[in-house]
Amino acid sequence: MAEITFVEAIREGLLEEMERDPNVFCLGEDIGRYGGAFKATDGLLDRFGEGRVIDAPISEAAIVGAAAGAAHYGMRPVCEMQFIDFISCAYDMLTNYVATARYRAMLPCPIVVRGPSGGYVRGGPFHSQNPEAAFLHTPGLKIAYPSTAEDAKGMLKAAIRDDDPVLFFEHKYLYRRIKGTMPSGDHVVPLGKARVAREGRDLSIITYAATVWKALEAAEELERSDGLSVEVIDLRSLLPLDDDAIVATVRKTNRVLVVHEDTVTGGIAGEITARINELCFEWLDAPVRRVAAHDVPLPYAPPLEDFVLPQTSDIVRASRWLAAY
Amino acid sequence: MAVRTSSRDTAPPAGLSRAQLLELYRWMRLTRTLEERLVALYRQTKVVGGLFRSLGQEACAVGSAFALERRDVLSPLIRNLGSMLVKGAEPLEILRQYMAKGNSPTRGRELNIHFGDVVDRNFVGQISHLGDMVPVMAGVTLTFKMRNEPRVGLVYVGDGATSTGAFHEGINFAAVQRCPLVVVVENNGYAYSTPTNRQTAADRLVDKAAGYGVPGVRADGNDVLEVYRVTRAAVDNARAGGGVTLLELMTYRRKGHAEHDSQSYVPPGEIETWAATNDPVDRYVARLADEFGFDASELAAIDDEVRATVDAVTDEAESAPPCDGPDALRGVYADPGEMPVLWYRGEASSAVTAHERPVSWGTHDG
Ligand SMILES: Cc1ncc(C[n+]2csc(CCOP(=O)(O)OP(=O)(O)O)c2C)c(N)n1
Repeated sequence: MAEITFVEAIREGLLEEMERDPNVFCLGEDIGRYGGAFKATDGLLDRFGEGRVIDAPISEAAIVGAAAGAAHYGMRPVCEMQFIDFISCAYDMLTNYVATARYRAMLPCPIVVRGPSGGYVRGGPFHSQNPEAAFLHTPGLKIAYPSTAEDAKGMLKAAIRDDDPVLFFEHKYLYRRIKGTMPSGDHVVPLGKARVAREGRDLSIITYAATVWKALEAAEELERSDGLSVEVIDLRSLLPLDDDAIVATVRKTNRVLVVHEDTVTGGIAGEITARINELCFEWLDAPVRRVAAHDVPLPYAPPLEDFVLPQTSDIVRASRWLAAY
Repeated sequence: MAVRTSSRDTAPPAGLSRAQLLELYRWMRLTRTLEERLVALYRQTKVVGGLFRSLGQEACAVGSAFALERRDVLSPLIRNLGSMLVKGAEPLEILRQYMAKGNSPTRGRELNIHFGDVVDRNFVGQISHLGDMVPVMAGVTLTFKMRNEPRVGLVYVGDGATSTGAFHEGINFAAVQRCPLVVVVENNGYAYSTPTNRQTAADRLVDKAAGYGVPGVRADGNDVLEVYRVTRAAVDNARAGGGVTLLELMTYRRKGHAEHDSQSYVPPGEIETWAATNDPVDRYVARLADEFGFDASELAAIDDEVRATVDAVTDEAESAPPCDGPDALRGVYADPGEMPVLWYRGEASSAVTAHERPVSWGTHDG
């Protein structure tokens, strides 16, 4: 089978789900004729028509709210945020309305809100965000953040079939840099399950999204230069978190570094660290440490962005510290 | 309230002096030349990130900003470079900002024309989230009203941005408070790839004014004197306590959303027609010659001066230093002025690299 890029995998996932289920439809800005700002919906309009690939006005709150309403009556809308940064405009809808619908009123709300996220692309403060932590605190939502093309497709298909609202973050740095070979047939990757991206014995790096690739790079370097065997866990889903996978790796290596691209304070690494503390403290040989972005808005200029975001060298340095502890 | 469509017959030189007529020309020429230079720099990959053009829309930005006084405040959008220049932004600043230089107005934090100066020149830098500046400018102008300062605010939005909640909430709030605010909707036909008829079901965006209870005026956005005239009237009205006016300036985006956009969604011939028959600079040149009797050589002299200016600032911007990574930690808060360096970032983290264990450490190893 031919390799396809991350963004093509997203497109394939959308296409297959729309073919499979006539209730699936797409809604977002410039997703029709233009095929989306990143071409994730390219060709879907020709295939499914304007009735199922709907170009929306610049109205994120309306897009999400309308999706919720449609979902109550049996539809399965997939909303695109042109950049995930603009999900903030729909924050109220998502946290207050969508997330609570089932719990408070038995209203089914199977929507997917997907969009390009993340930095390392010189996008400046409003085209580089990682807003997952803002939503982690919202019971009722699920959060997926894949790092491979295979997962991008398989998890998107799972998200569309899921009976609850799923925020689906697609790291735009990976869109065209990462390729994968799709398994044949109906390739669905369950939500809520982490993946061992690399086996190791001495140290675990728990991470997700673009920093999975940086962690893998660091692991190789550490093996080469320090003889360290580093395990890399790709969380894939952030809500719910896969506690079993986290506990299993801690028990195996006894040293943990949590890495993410989002800022450190209030980031997801804090939650993971707390869980490790509660679930498997006795297995630790060193304190859990975090590598994440500095607590500043993400700047635009390359030297500033490079400084603020976690780099492979940061992961290497922090891993050495942990291994030596 | 009544929605008026301005008519050209009533447009005088709008009380402008001959020097001012030339000044308007210079701002439009400078906008275009500077953006053309940015395209060249973009192709040489010296512009970091995207490049957004206002080709064919220069009259909207320049004519409207020219109606403001220095003490008045404006909030531009990506396609309002011309308005920033009129308000005193320097071409050198613009180039440094686009090139992410260490001495750019935002020291590399922000891109294109996202920067502000509330101390001296009175522009409030936008953020990317469309529509958000309307409530902000409602607050700016509410302040002027509260303090009885005869100052006016002007905020630009595109046709697309009128669909946002923030636009609606902001203009409604300003209307209720009778803030001295002019809301300029620059209707250039497209929001990214979305034509205006997919953005709103209203025939005319200016018709929304009635819904907010404010006057609305629609004008030819490619006639710089007309833009000046209608904006000036709205500004005068705001300064006199008349509250908000919604202006819809009809224009056309001749380039893609940004340089990378091939505009495949635009019907054939549309761009060419606007370029040939409705270029704001060409139209103004014709008026300057035919109506006001300016000599071609006077305009050519301005063109030469503008080109020389842009050449000079290009050299200066290119030689400007890049940003310094750790500067990213400065300015998040007023106090403290600098964020601490994170523990894993090398040298500065000696406090944690030492990480001494207490004497009583380790119950299980004795
Ligand atoms: C709230 C929000 N949603 C989406 C975007 C992405 N976006 C940037 S510019 C743009 C189109 C803007 O169109 P318009 O307001 O008509 O201005 P124009 O570009 O035509 O000048 C879009 C959708 C954004 N910046 N903000």
